[in-house]
Amino acid sequence: MGLDFGGARNLSADSGFMDDNIITTTIDKVVNWGRKNSLWPMPFGTACCAIEMMATLASKFDLSRFGSEAIRFSPRQSDLLIVSGRISIKMMPVLKRIYDQMPDPKWVISMGACASCGGVFDTYTLIQGVDQFIPVDVYIPGCPPRPEDLIDAVMQVQQKIAGGEVPKGIEVAV
Amino acid sequence: MHAELERATGEKMVLNFGPQHPATHGTLRIVLELDGESILKATPHLGYLHTGFEKLGEHLDYNQFIVVTDRMNYLSPLSNNFGYVLAVEQLLGIEVPKRCQYIRILMAELSRLADHLLWLGTAALDLGAFSVFLYSFREREKLYSIFEKTTGARLTTSYTRVGGVLRDLYAGFDEDVRQFITNFPKALRETHTLLTRNRIWMDRTKGVGPIASEDAINYGLTGPCLRATGITHDIRKAEPYSSYDEMTFEVPVGSNGDAYDRYLVRMEEMVQSCHIVQQALDNLPDGPVNVEDNKISLPKKSDAYGHIEGLIHHFKIIMDGHGVQPPVGEHYCATESPNGELGFYIVSDGSGTGYRIRIRPPSFLNFQALPHMLEGGMVSDTVAVLGSLNVIAGELDR
Amino acid sequence: MNEEQSVAESPLVLQKLQENYADALLAHEETRDGVAVVVGKDDAYALLEYLKTEAELGYTYLVDVTAVDNSQLESELVKYDYARFMVVYHLYSYQGCCRLRVKVPVHERDLRVRSVTSLWRGANWLERETYDMFGIAFEGHPDLRRILMPDDFDGHPLRKDYPLRGRGERESFNFETQNV
Ligand code: SF4
Repeated sequence: MGLDFGGARNLSADSGFMDDNIITTTIDKVVNWGRKNSLWPMPFGTACCAIEMMATLASKFDLSRFGSEAIRFSPRQSDLLIVSGRISIKMMPVLKRIYDQMPDPKWVISMGACASCGGVFDTYTLIQGVDQFIPVDVYIPGCPPRPEDLIDAVMQVQQKIAGGEVPKGIEVAV
Repeated sequence: MHAELERATGEKMVLNFGPQHPATHGTLRIVLELDGESILKATPHLGYLHTGFEKLGEHLDYNQFIVVTDRMNYLSPLSNNFGYVLAVEQLLGIEVPKRCQYIRILMAELSRLADHLLWLGTAALDLGAFSVFLYSFREREKLYSIFEKTTGARLTTSYTRVGGVLRDLYAGFDEDVRQFITNFPKALRETHTLLTRNRIWMDRTKGVGPIASEDAINYGLTGPCLRATGITHDIRKAEPYSSYDEMTFEVPVGSNGDAYDRYLVRMEEMVQSCHIVQQALDNLPDGPVNVEDNKISLPKKSDAYGHIEGLIHHFKIIMDGHGVQPPVGEHYCATESPNGELGFYIVSDGSGTGYRIRIRPPSFLNFQALPHMLEGGMVSDTVAVLGSLNVIAGELDR
Repeated sequence: MNEEQSVAESPLVLQKLQENYADALLAHEETRDGVAVVVGKDDAYALLEYLKTEAELGYTYLVDVTAVDNSQLESELVKYDYARFMVVYHLYSYQGCCRLRVKVPVHERDLRVRSVTSLWRGANWLERETYDMFGIAFEGHPDLRRILMPDDFDGHPLRKDYPLRGRGERESFNFETQNV
């Protein structure tokens, strides 16, 4: 089966019965496996990048093949924030609030040049990179990034989760 | 506090709709005052995507600004590219070769299809018809691949140049587009069977968000929203630009000005766009795609590498502040973008950058009429009306 | 409306305006995109009203309201007594399929123009935007607030003395008081 709990090991008992039916692992790994394959993205799409994000969700590219099809427009139900598009100083408080409303652990993808660094718009109203205000886990370059890029970013987030990495947004007490 | 109090007494309720709401596509915000289910007052708030395009226009070359126009109406960037360079060319007083005009028409009409398809998908999605979204994106992807082959990008095309286009069409363009437009009516019929006589769709859009034609003019509505009220006005017909006067097509109009009519008008416009594409393909003239004037369009690569004049011309156009320099003056140029009248008002001080570039966005004025359409209606109609207007935030807020 | 006609005699709108508003017209011009007239601030409203209501002209559609900051355009400044701003109205007539540009010079010392919202409801947001971007107040406007920038924003971005990258608002904008 395609179940990969990462490091799961069969207890080799004498009977063949045990071989196929018992898996041991740690609770963390099971939880991470579950998380990884059921990402619920919250699309925060504002501008052109959002159109590419829609294309990623639609028929041809179909993000659901990669285990994150349950798009939720409610931040309280999602664990992956995809910021796609330009964020102005009027919008930033909204974005921050949405980020704050998401339950932990949460991941953030900054899609496109504008969200990551302001892109071609170095103007009076545009935030030059949302990472000044919210922690970003994966950046996607491009203006707009292709749908494949977004899929790749989601998979990177999945890898991070599988690897037990802590999201940028969580401060680990030392 | 005020709102809180009234809520307690059961008189009025204030509902904050957006900016992050699935039906607002990210950036629109409407504050609704409700009495039960009916809307007493709707106040749109905007500016959440304000990017400063017009200010940027005062700092960028005329050719550099094309990049910015892509990002304005990102459903149909090619129409914006077209409208903008047309304004600069008229300011310069030049006319591009026939082939270029036809290519621009081709691209503008294909992007009208792309725009209407996305509108169709999202408007239907907001009312719960998810499959339409998938169908229309399937068609859109075909268009995307045509755009990508022609311009090098799926979405941010930056295809036109002052005095021409980036490059000529690729070798298999004719075939690809013909194939697309032969299959497209079938796809459109699919949607018709899903929506047009669908009981739910009709109930939710018929008679919803109506506007009378006098009001529509008073509010400055343009494009499909204006035509849905019964006014036959299309800038492509009224003031033909480029070579639109050589195309035969019809201007579909509605009669009630409600969401359903806007839907029908847009559906029919797609058919007409296909006709225009067909004609433009059939009659596509040969010849150069750029104006011959080396002060305006880049010389051929072989010239730039092989001759000193070519190199100088190339250098001058690329060099900051030496590019295209229209004479002192001002000009307003309107084109029929998929959403309505897209105008560029350019004031030139004779230098290589515009002195003032004003964009007259269709969405801004269309969106303004929203309270008029909503007030007195039901709260659930908000989504239907908003969807039928096709407000694009990038263009609304610039 | 073919070429020869318009060359032979000036367009109807210009004739009419010269008949009725000869004193108000500061300048007029036939351009590639129609007719452009410049009128004094005090007469602007009456002239626009006339254009809209006069049956023969029928400029019922207000295309656009905007402004230009002429402070760095000497050639324009000298023409109109160093008025810094020019409020620009674009009109369109469905009857004649023709466009008209009406420009109104506004001095910085008196940044007020009469609002045309009573004539065209579409002017509402356009005037708000002009107010937001240039700081020109429209008298009689029902709801003159900022439209694109946040309410607590300082300055008017499209003025020529406002820098492209802003005055540090990108870093110092107010997170808390903004109404989200
Ligand atoms: S990165 Fe490019 S495509 Fe994406 S929002 Fe910015 S301008 Fe648009």
